[in-house]
Amino acid sequence: MADEALFLLLHSEMVAGLYRAAEQGEGENGRCITKLENMGFRVGQGLIERFTKDTARFKDELDIMKFICKDFWTTVFKKQIDNLRTNHQGIYVLQDNKFRLLTQMSAGKQYLEHAPKYLAFTCGLIRGGLSNLGIKSIVTAEVSTMPACKFQVMIQKM
Amino acid sequence: MSRPPGRKQDNHKIDWHLPTISSSASAHHMSRELFVLTYGALVAQLCKDYEKDEDVNTCLDRMGYGIGVRLIEDFLARSAVKKCRSYSETAEMIAQVAFKMYLGVTPSVSCTSATGDEFSLILDKNPLVDFVEELPAERASLCYCNLLCGVIRGALEMVHLAAEVTFLQDKLKGDAVTEIGIIFLRKTEDKKHKRNK
Repeated sequence: MADEALFLLLHSEMVAGLYRAAEQGEGENGRCITKLENMGFRVGQGLIERFTKDTARFKDELDIMKFICKDFWTTVFKKQIDNLRTNHQGIYVLQDNKFRLLTQMSAGKQYLEHAPKYLAFTCGLIRGGLSNLGIKSIVTAEVSTMPACKFQVMIQKM
Repeated sequence: MSRPPGRKQDNHKIDWHLPTISSSASAHHMSRELFVLTYGALVAQLCKDYEKDEDVNTCLDRMGYGIGVRLIEDFLARSAVKKCRSYSETAEMIAQVAFKMYLGVTPSVSCTSATGDEFSLILDKNPLVDFVEELPAERASLCYCNLLCGVIRGALEMVHLAAEVTFLQDKLKGDAVTEIGIIFLRKTEDKKHKRNK
């Protein structure tokens, strides 16, 4: 669907624009990742609200994570998470073998050092979505071979 | 409200044209909401980074340009339209095909000059501002949807049409409608040659 192209392009422009501004301005690289993550957080919060308006209450944490992996991911990235692993103690690893935001970039190790920029927004998206479902978490991402990537969610017990 | 029975199955082939959760969360609308929300977060971040409205507007326009130069390829691939033979056809194409395809709305086009160079697109429904109630008082001259201008400008440039695209009226600023003005800048000599990729 055409909307996907719009979001993908907007996302890459956002990353490029923020880094361009950082180069000309303060030059602090770490702030860009934080800004992207915070943007993702806000969007995740809003999106999950509208998305789960009519769904039934979730049974437990695992149910919520499965929701994120299946329905939420399908809505945002038109596919499901390929693999969900957990240690049942609050750490979940979501593996996406063909992450939509990275498929256009490379299919291997090329541009690996740029990958984190393109994952920050999505980390925030997951964190925001979980936050509005009542779960406080820390989300990080890692890429070893594009376009596969893993998102690690660490649930913070309040 | 009961859940549709097919929800629990582990089906990887989800046809996302059909509602997966409930009728109010059909994937199609969510996709657009994702874009609208992301755009809102982007504008908010830019407002934090830049103090002056003009800087934010310029930044949005530049980003829109970057999007437009790539979006045109996607547009041409999806729509497979024939070459436009005149400026008015181009404007119609933007309004009736492109806007419909990407934003789901169809602005009305009108020619605003005798020479046939200037057009205006009137949007009575702008999906980008779905979640925006009003501009904050200190951001009165912010062109919230300036990205659109950049997108149109970038896309037109890739098909060898130089144009100036600006917001003539903006509902967020109190005008009656949202109006985008497109001024085609010069007649290209290669109008007769095939322009489409």
